[in-house]
Amino acid sequence: MGNTEKIKEKYDEWVREFLLPALKKVPEWRKFITSFGVGIRPLHTPLDVRDDYLGILGFPGEYPFTRGIYPSMYRSRLWTFREYSGFGSPEDTNKRYKFLISQGQTGLSVAFDLPTQLGLDPDHELAYPEVGKVGVSIPEIISMSILFDNIDISKITTSFTINATAAEILAMYVTVAESRGIDKAVLDGTIQNDILKEFIARNLYIYPPLHSMRYATDIIAYTSKNLPKWHPISISGYHFREAGATVVQELAFTLADAIEYTNWVINRWKINVDDFAPSLSFFFTATTNLFEEVAKFRAARRLYARIMRERFGAKKPESMKMKFHVQTSGAALTAQQPEVNIIRTTLQALAAVLGGAQSLHVNAFDEALSLPTEKSVKLALRVQQVIAYESGVIDSIDPLGGSYYIEWLTDTIEEEAMKIIDYVDSLGGMAKAVEIGYPQRAIAESAYQYQRMVEEGRISIIGVNMFREEEEPHIELHRVDPVSRERSIRRVREVRENRNREAWEGALNRLRRAADKEDENIFPYILSAIRARATIGEVSGVLRDVWGEHKPLSIY
Amino acid sequence: MAVQLIMHMPRPKIIIAKLGLDGHDRGAKVIARALAEAGFEVVYTGIRQTPSQVVETAIQEDAKLIGVSILSGSHMELVSELMKIIKERGVDIPVLVGGIIPPEDRDALLKMGVAAVYGPGTPLREIIDIVKKLVGAS
Repeated sequence: MGNTEKIKEKYDEWVREFLLPALKKVPEWRKFITSFGVGIRPLHTPLDVRDDYLGILGFPGEYPFTRGIYPSMYRSRLWTFREYSGFGSPEDTNKRYKFLISQGQTGLSVAFDLPTQLGLDPDHELAYPEVGKVGVSIPEIISMSILFDNIDISKITTSFTINATAAEILAMYVTVAESRGIDKAVLDGTIQNDILKEFIARNLYIYPPLHSMRYATDIIAYTSKNLPKWHPISISGYHFREAGATVVQELAFTLADAIEYTNWVINRWKINVDDFAPSLSFFFTATTNLFEEVAKFRAARRLYARIMRERFGAKKPESMKMKFHVQTSGAALTAQQPEVNIIRTTLQALAAVLGGAQSLHVNAFDEALSLPTEKSVKLALRVQQVIAYESGVIDSIDPLGGSYYIEWLTDTIEEEAMKIIDYVDSLGGMAKAVEIGYPQRAIAESAYQYQRMVEEGRISIIGVNMFREEEEPHIELHRVDPVSRERSIRRVREVRENRNREAWEGALNRLRRAADKEDENIFPYILSAIRARATIGEVSGVLRDVWGEHKPLSIY
Repeated sequence: MAVQLIMHMPRPKIIIAKLGLDGHDRGAKVIARALAEAGFEVVYTGIRQTPSQVVETAIQEDAKLIGVSILSGSHMELVSELMKIIKERGVDIPVLVGGIIPPEDRDALLKMGVAAVYGPGTPLREIIDIVKKLVGAS
């Protein structure tokens, strides 16, 4: 009798003679199923894992990268502590960045206001109520320069959450660097530039899908040649999950998007996959379900490596390594008993670290009520620091690897995600799937089912459907200084008045012609327009004229 | 036949709208669906609506209630504009506001004449009940 048979025999005996009699005395107090609906057995054993260590797990830094993308992981370098922040004017936000750096933050992450993200100048009628609210207002180059005042952008890495106006923002950053005598080739950072997920979940798109895909992939083609250290896209699952997707949908839709972008760059620009794939990066959420999240990150790495090698024929290991940023789940925060959120975000951040993230943002506990205060964001940063420096979880690489339960969960999430990826393939890829509303509908359905489960008590949320308190929280909330809006409007007007009109007009005219010619890379023209002091509203105004605007479906 | 009469009675119409540039539509969609399942006729406007667009839609559709969702912090400006236009148009449609609304802003919104303000974690039941009460349905 082989070892497996012996374990199986002992397992059956344990169930019969120990487990079932115990359950007869004290039954289980609830059903145990994964958040995506698969039953969980009470105990996992070697019977639940595949006997193929080298094939499915291997070693960190080696294919299929299940255990991590670097050979020595956090023992050589910790993940980047990168708190997403921005509000009001660039002066306000610059002050917050310097505060965060002084408290031990190691990377920056810029939150832009909605007008900047949608290509509207702050004095536009639709922009006015939103200026400086959910992020900082950066409508022109002077604001970008102030944002990084006295911050060495040749050293620090910065992530920009910017999509429909990613090219304008990158162009501003490059221009600011050049004005400081920094070669753009040394710039290191990320623009999100993931427009597909905007159509699916985040909703900050401008142009119709095909023009948007051209815009996004032109940037990738440009940076792969000219900004070798830059990550021109952060393919994002985060927003799917925030919009209600399951953990499996989050993973599957993200990878389906990655497949679509890769196909686009290869087909449009005839670039070899190994010449741009190493610059792709990813962005996921971490909810409070610790083990599922760890399994998701491990499955994500393994699946991505296989897709890049087998589907796209990548040869370089760098092309197969999934680098990712994690933000703890905003939707998991409660407005009720907000201090409890510190405990939630700690578990979520732990999941990211045990899952091998390269960069992490921890939400502040007051974010279900408002943007964070200096005090609450400092606490969020401290959560990362306690995990990094006190907890000991970084001492051994992929410390949960080999846990029967974690390996079973990793395999299960991978299999379930693969089914959805196959289905998206059968629809003709993600751009087609988005056109017919498949991922949008699937996420809306999951969101509704989730809410029903919360109402029925099948999902527990402390303070919301358990252990409720009637008392309102009394905490001090962040307020955006109303003066910052006027400052932003004044500055954009000054920029418009004090520029070389001829150079500005010429650059916008060349941009207009390039937008109309499908085989041109649009990015250099946007860069020239920004250098000529065009504002974000003017650049995207030209593109709106030529490409039109996307009218969404109203599916619920 | 009483049963048929009930079936043919028009269902009260509700507008659910995303006001402003904010794209967070999870809450609006979940509430639209919950109200539809509770028997209301729901018109979901989709994202990026201006206050005047929302009021025009409500008047055209003869809506009995407007629910707006805002998570971008611009609720004070947008809702005060919405209430102003409702007043100017001389219509009497109750307004519900949902989203990320700090407690002190909630009080200010109620003072503007908003019927109720709901934040994250509100049970759907509670929203369905207040909608029924406000439109006078049983």
